[in-house]
Amino acid sequence: MNTDVLIRVDGLSKHFPQGDIYALNNVSAQIHRGEVVVVIGPSGSGKSTFLRCLNLLEMPTGGTVTFDGVDITDPKCNINVHRQKMGMVFQHFNLFPHMTILRNMSLAPMKLLNKSKEAAEAKAMELLNRVGLADRAGAYPSQLSGGQKQRIAIVRALCMEPEVMLFDEPTSALDPEMVGEVLDVMKDLAKQGMTMVVVTHEMGFAREVGDRVLFMDHGVILEEGAPKEIFGAPQHPRTQEFLSKLI
Amino acid sequence: MSAWLANIKADFILWFADIKADFIVNFVEKSRWKYLISGLAVTLRITLFAVLMGVLIGCVVAIVRSTYDKNAAVMRKGFGRSMLSFFNKICRVYLTVIRGTPVVIQLMIMYYVIFASSRNGVLIATMAFGINSGAYVAEIIRGGIMSIDNGQFEAGRSLGFNYIQTMYYIVIPQALKNVLPALANEFIVLLKETSVSGYVAVRDLTKGGDIIRGATYSAFMPLIAVALVYLVLVMFFSYLVGKLERRLRNSEH
Repeated sequence: MNTDVLIRVDGLSKHFPQGDIYALNNVSAQIHRGEVVVVIGPSGSGKSTFLRCLNLLEMPTGGTVTFDGVDITDPKCNINVHRQKMGMVFQHFNLFPHMTILRNMSLAPMKLLNKSKEAAEAKAMELLNRVGLADRAGAYPSQLSGGQKQRIAIVRALCMEPEVMLFDEPTSALDPEMVGEVLDVMKDLAKQGMTMVVVTHEMGFAREVGDRVLFMDHGVILEEGAPKEIFGAPQHPRTQEFLSKLI
Repeated sequence: MSAWLANIKADFILWFADIKADFIVNFVEKSRWKYLISGLAVTLRITLFAVLMGVLIGCVVAIVRSTYDKNAAVMRKGFGRSMLSFFNKICRVYLTVIRGTPVVIQLMIMYYVIFASSRNGVLIATMAFGINSGAYVAEIIRGGIMSIDNGQFEAGRSLGFNYIQTMYYIVIPQALKNVLPALANEFIVLLKETSVSGYVAVRDLTKGGDIIRGATYSAFMPLIAVALVYLVLVMFFSYLVGKLERRLRNSEH
């Protein structure tokens, strides 16, 4: 792993005026190119907010996010261009229900990267083959299982050839027996050297695939380190407490 | 007993002859039925174009209103937000005025005040009903937009689409599909509302019946005939809307 920083987060804060909640409180972190960073923590700890602030789906109230050397929190920065380089996968898939799978995948490359229909669909089919869903290209999202939907959501983001993939609890809404097929796709992606930030409750995945684990609670990163350190010998009492409650 | 029966029979024949004569006077003589046919054509034309205009206005107003509702709170202060806030205020005034005044008054103001120099009643009526319908359509479509899961919007934005592209490719198509039956119902409502076009000298279906009534001094036939035509039209379009609703519900996507 090289040490080239792809995303630098400095003093990131997110304050929700309703309820006067600090979802993020002065968080700083760095994501290196080719690194798989797994964010864990109890619910309400701010890990999803942290992830959503990385591509400004959530507007931070303080601090900066620097992506590929550009401060994307600068109001003058055109965030749409940078989001094309940051794929995102959601807990609830968010496939477009009124389009076929192929259209779901080829729409953004055609409209945003000015790819021809043929080129965009060829790329989509190649990715569908990789996740074993090429035969569902003409289907609509409602005809797929949850695991299939999430695999499509992953390759839809990949169609834009992003530099980083953000995963927001990608397996939390899945039936237990479908979790494996989605994690397999993510493992493959990690092996190919994709930079990934994964918010998850799948500790097995964090241990196996993660290069670094961030433990968050109450809007701050309490502890970070290699999975071996975090899971083997957690230093912070809150981390110990959290991990001891897991099976 | 048989005399009584014969009486009834004679009465019936007389009554039937009356009806027949009435019918002939009102519709056949001097080809008066043509008032109904040409009136029907005018009614349908006004309704169709008014609905198209209403959908156009409604879409624009709905997009402005829902954009404001969703984003004003989180937008940075600046030119964009001031403009949005300004357009939102205009839309709200439009909705309040149009929905707060009777359509007949709106129609007469359009004809006698705003376009006082023009005597093209059909065009002015179409515009008046289009502007009126736009207010109701706007609220229908706004409901449709707000009912789309925010995740759809976020998915579009996360791929790199800007706000307008996300609305155009992802949110609006789903919203329109959801509100299609409600829009079709708006068409049916408008069909009946256009019956007041006669106020500004437009010879629509209702006015056609009224012209016949004025010429023959018999109210029953022409008014019932007009009512029947409306009823048949509304039943026919309602049947189509029902079919459309079933098709949408059954479609897999």
